[in-house]
Amino acid sequence: MTDTRVPTDSLGNPITVPDSDDVLVVEATDGSRWELVCGLEVHAELATVTKMFSGAPNSFGDDPNTNVDPVTLGLPGTLPVVNERAVELAIRFGSAIGAEIRRSVFSRKNYFYPDMPKNFQISQYDLPIVVGGALELPGGHVVEVERAHLEEDTGKSSHVGGDGRIAGAAYSLIDYNRAGVPLLEIVSRPHVRSAEQARQYVAELRAILVACGVSDGKMEEGSLRVDANISVRREGTDELRTRCEIKNVNSLRSLVRAIEFEAARQADLHAAGEPVVQSTRGWDEATGTTVLMRTKEDADDYRYFPEPDLVPVDPDPAWVEAIAASLPLLPAARRERLAARTGAARTDESVVAVVDRGQDDQAVAAIEAGADGARVLVHVTQNLAGEGGAALDPGRLAELVRLETGGELTATQAKQVLAELVADPTATAAEVAAAKGFEAMDTGALEAVVDEVIASNPDEWTTFTSGDPKARGKLTGFFIGQVMKATKGQADGKLATQLLNQKAG
Amino acid sequence: MSGAGRRAVDIARAVAAGEESAAEITRAHLARIEAHEADVHAFNVVTAEAAVERAEAIDRAVAAGEPVGPLAGVPLAVKDNLATRGVATTCSSRILDGWVPPYDATVVQRIAAAGAVTVGKTNLDEFAMGSSTENSAFGPTRNPVDLDRVPGGSSGGSAAAVAADFAPLALGSDTGGSIRQPAAFCGVVGVKPTYGLVSRYGLVAFASSLDQVGPFANDVADAALLLDAIAGPDPADATSIPQPPEPVLGHLDDGVAGLRVGLVTELLGDGIAPAVVARVREAADALAAAGAEVVEVSVPAVTYGLSAYYLIAPAEASSNLARFDGVRYGLRVDAPTTNEMMIATRTAGFGDEVKRRIMLGTYALSAGYYDAFYGKAQKVRTLIARDFAAAYERADVLLSPTAPTPAFALGAIEDPLTMYLNDICTIPTNLAGHAAMSLPFGTADDLPVGVQVLAPALGEVPLFRTAAVLEAAAPAPATFAVAAPGGTRP
Amino acid sequence: MSERISRDDVAHVATLARLRLDDDQVERFTGQLAAILEHAEDVEALELDDVEPTSHPYPLVNVWRPDEAGPTLANADALAGAPAAEDGRFSVPTILGEAP
Repeated sequence: MTDTRVPTDSLGNPITVPDSDDVLVVEATDGSRWELVCGLEVHAELATVTKMFSGAPNSFGDDPNTNVDPVTLGLPGTLPVVNERAVELAIRFGSAIGAEIRRSVFSRKNYFYPDMPKNFQISQYDLPIVVGGALELPGGHVVEVERAHLEEDTGKSSHVGGDGRIAGAAYSLIDYNRAGVPLLEIVSRPHVRSAEQARQYVAELRAILVACGVSDGKMEEGSLRVDANISVRREGTDELRTRCEIKNVNSLRSLVRAIEFEAARQADLHAAGEPVVQSTRGWDEATGTTVLMRTKEDADDYRYFPEPDLVPVDPDPAWVEAIAASLPLLPAARRERLAARTGAARTDESVVAVVDRGQDDQAVAAIEAGADGARVLVHVTQNLAGEGGAALDPGRLAELVRLETGGELTATQAKQVLAELVADPTATAAEVAAAKGFEAMDTGALEAVVDEVIASNPDEWTTFTSGDPKARGKLTGFFIGQVMKATKGQADGKLATQLLNQKAG
Repeated sequence: MSGAGRRAVDIARAVAAGEESAAEITRAHLARIEAHEADVHAFNVVTAEAAVERAEAIDRAVAAGEPVGPLAGVPLAVKDNLATRGVATTCSSRILDGWVPPYDATVVQRIAAAGAVTVGKTNLDEFAMGSSTENSAFGPTRNPVDLDRVPGGSSGGSAAAVAADFAPLALGSDTGGSIRQPAAFCGVVGVKPTYGLVSRYGLVAFASSLDQVGPFANDVADAALLLDAIAGPDPADATSIPQPPEPVLGHLDDGVAGLRVGLVTELLGDGIAPAVVARVREAADALAAAGAEVVEVSVPAVTYGLSAYYLIAPAEASSNLARFDGVRYGLRVDAPTTNEMMIATRTAGFGDEVKRRIMLGTYALSAGYYDAFYGKAQKVRTLIARDFAAAYERADVLLSPTAPTPAFALGAIEDPLTMYLNDICTIPTNLAGHAAMSLPFGTADDLPVGVQVLAPALGEVPLFRTAAVLEAAAPAPATFAVAAPGGTRP
Repeated sequence: MSERISRDDVAHVATLARLRLDDDQVERFTGQLAAILEHAEDVEALELDDVEPTSHPYPLVNVWRPDEAGPTLANADALAGAPAAEDGRFSVPTILGEAP
């Protein structure tokens, strides 16, 4: 009897997988083709002063077991009390992604592990604080979020003996400094269709979290952790096959590699008619493979029940509104803004890069000071990427671009002047241009140079004017190069090209 | 008279007025403990030196004209599931043998601030699971009324300490009747306050949504004195009621004229010893004679209370007791892997009753059973609350037996389910989160019988008003095998 | 009685609860737990579909604390009761398997 139930997510919503114009398709060993279906679970440590349920410090890198209090250690008799700021940050995040903020309840997730002082984790299960929402990725794809909830982090164990990993260790040492740190667990819908989208999703999520002050999002310090839920389906179908959870992905690069490996692994299994067992697998960086950690059968029964020591969280709508109103401009909105001001698409690489580097405010300010949007974008993208570039005052940038668009500086000259402006905060564009002897070469003088170059290269000129467009294309570069040589780079390349073509007829 | 057997109200007044020495009073009680504790075994530890030091400090403060608090110089026994900084806290379990908390429970801080003198930690059923104190890993406590009988449980040690006049006051905890039933068995007063009235911070959790800390005393006034000292909001307990409560001590003379008293039909029938029923009806008559209006009320859902309780309490306990694993404190039984170490430690460290409840609770929460067991039991709580609400439309307080029988003999009940039946009258109050107290009202076969007064949440005032009248009208008490000579027992 | 809870159930639950029971105990506990659950049949039989569960007897919401530091334990106090410790950390035997 076939199972006709529609697969549902943790909140009982039916699971849907959207189509995409960018889908990772892997070819199995038998030639069959399989599409990636992927959802991402991200745990972000919240930027609070103290822990989720007690006043012990939320701080990284201190001596072991010094940021602990009786509640952190779960000493008999102790009780948790919710950190208001953690609730506020969860609401901030939810508002930032356009999610619903709901009345929520804490639940106990029961299992035994030495890094968990109470042998249960206080989390949120069937009534999370944030439901829904979506992220628009820089590439333009939209990935919907299923939910986000608050929970406490565990302690850390280090393994002694063996090679420092858990297998082969003689014994382990536990530090509870991290135990109780507030976490926001953010679960996306399975709308990630390629490894690149996965990378963008995590990068965008981090950018939002950092922009809103919710988390410092440092994957390398463990304040942002990513697990990927991966399945594949036959190309062109809307099947939903068994998925595996991939953990231990410590960088964006690992995420991409892990997704590609796992998709291929599953495709090969399906193609061979073998089952993909629902399991949790760890990414092994050294071997570039995913390794079985535990199957669903081995998994604990978490026996979730509502946390009796904590009462529900039901945020006042006025508070939620105030939080939403206080949000800064978010990355997607910044890309939209920059695109609108510069005439580029919001998915344009330059737009994405400039926003990602946090230099869109600089660009927009320069444009508002009267500079041409397209030129500002080029300069900020290409010429202000290095050290000190972001610190360049937008007014000075605007002045430089005005000189360029006014014809007084060529593109090449503008680039050189810009470099000087970055190096010397007191200089003005005009001063630097003058000092370098960059003066607008008038059209007459330029024409004279063009004529001379033509005259000195009669054979090439014959080919150029022969009527063969390919030859013309090839030789344009040659002639402009000669003009540049003759003018020591001061010629306006565009204008020179125009003149050349005029003369060729 | 500076011997033991005094009332806390008297002691506190005399000490604060500088008329008597707290140190002398403490020593008198310690001497009594020394003389009779071997027979009773009320304590897991007697903190004699610390008590004398504390009492001397109180005397110095009085002499210096400093304020000393409403419990000044009163010896007090603390149930050994309340965290006491620097003093071993075992919950009468091997698994916590030797654990010394680095912090004080909130109630412990409050009694200290009130000037009380803690004389020791009292015995209990392991992790508060039991109705006889026979489940203690350190041996049972004996009932000072009759040393061959149980003192009740789980707060048997605290009840016995007060009954034997080792201390005028004691703190206990009540999850399904663990203060009230031992109070009834030992012929003393025991109060389970409204859920959330007294902080649970520092009470080693058994069933978090049912547990409350409460007072034992030899009379209603002393119980009021202690309750007023410990009640009130605590930011460290998110379930504590935020509004400061109305103190009850000033309401003891309010009387019961015009008060409506409801006799709970379902708790006066089969399953309750006839002599106990008789005492409860006599209590109702006494209230009527004092001007109360007595009616019969039905609270039908209480018949489901036992079943619901024995799904909810073990479920929460199974989670609360998971932390005892040999990693951070307490007993560790070594083994090659952590998992085996946890298993070995818990197997060796927990007694049978605790294991039974952990397994029952784990089962009630497990995949596939949650809705049928724990989920349904939490709905039964709603029914019980509704039925109580309906009853409280017709009555201001309710009356029932505390326990179905007087104290039974040590070793008489071995079957767990039979033992659980001790709690049928007390459990519904915990499920509803209401207030209730037991006070002695006559005897059956010369054993104390406890009558239970019940009130809705935050109904401590009508509760104590009623109890005060009952106490004044109570018939002659039982004779105690171990009690202070010349002590005043109502 | 054995429909209420079986020996296998008891054995499984003991594993979940990190308790080791010998055969005698499994037998004994199965009987006792079955009796208790049989008593709870009266609850199971109730039709309560439109009754809300009570998780907290006194209805409170939004109880929280400001994000301000409180007292911590010194490392020595945190480890004071530790059965085994090394380098300021709690020592445990080999842990098999990663955390869930």
